[in-house]
Amino acid sequence: MPQAEEIKQRIEAAIPGASAEVEDWTGGGDHFKATVTAAAFAGRSRIEQHRLVYEIFGTEIGGPIHALSLKTQSPQ
Amino acid sequence: MSNAEHNQIRDAIGAAIAEHETILFMKGTPDAPACGFSARTVAALQALQAPFAAVDVLPDPRIREELSAISQWPTIPQLFVKGELVGGCDIVMEMYESGELAQTLSVDGDGSQELGAAESEAVAPGLTQIENRLG
Repeated sequence: MPQAEEIKQRIEAAIPGASAEVEDWTGGGDHFKATVTAAAFAGRSRIEQHRLVYEIFGTEIGGPIHALSLKTQSPQ
Repeated sequence: MSNAEHNQIRDAIGAAIAEHETILFMKGTPDAPACGFSARTVAALQALQAPFAAVDVLPDPRIREELSAISQWPTIPQLFVKGELVGGCDIVMEMYESGELAQTLSVDGDGSQELGAAESEAVAPGLTQIENRLG
């Protein structure tokens, strides 16, 4: 079962320079909430930003990861 | 299952997205959402009195599979406006709070969309037919 810390590490490993805060939303290990800050998001639409994160997990989203609620932003 | 059946569903989804200016693919119905994310997205649209068509993805798992293949978006709900994916629950709520959603739905368009029109009960007819035929 994926844990919040593992999800954070995978996001930060996959998107260069990203920093992620991930919490287990329900405590059940399948609903997560992530705030991701990355320079790679600059100039991209929100859809594209979220896709960059979703792509890391592929079919795990909707599978073992029931929900990954996202907030994405570029560094200030 | 044949590819033809998959393609038929994909075509019906594409047609529904093209036919409805605002269309929400969700779990459950606007009156009875079956998931908190779908419920929040419906609530945002209703708060803006935006008319929208709604398709329940739950009756046939192929709807969700084909929808995600078209949109390259893994989760439900998915809101489309004028044929374009606007986003799922997180993006819709962010846009609702910033006022961008109201712009996308009514102001930033050709003005043909009338606020308050009672379209939100409509379910895309092509998909309903496919569900009936295959289900």
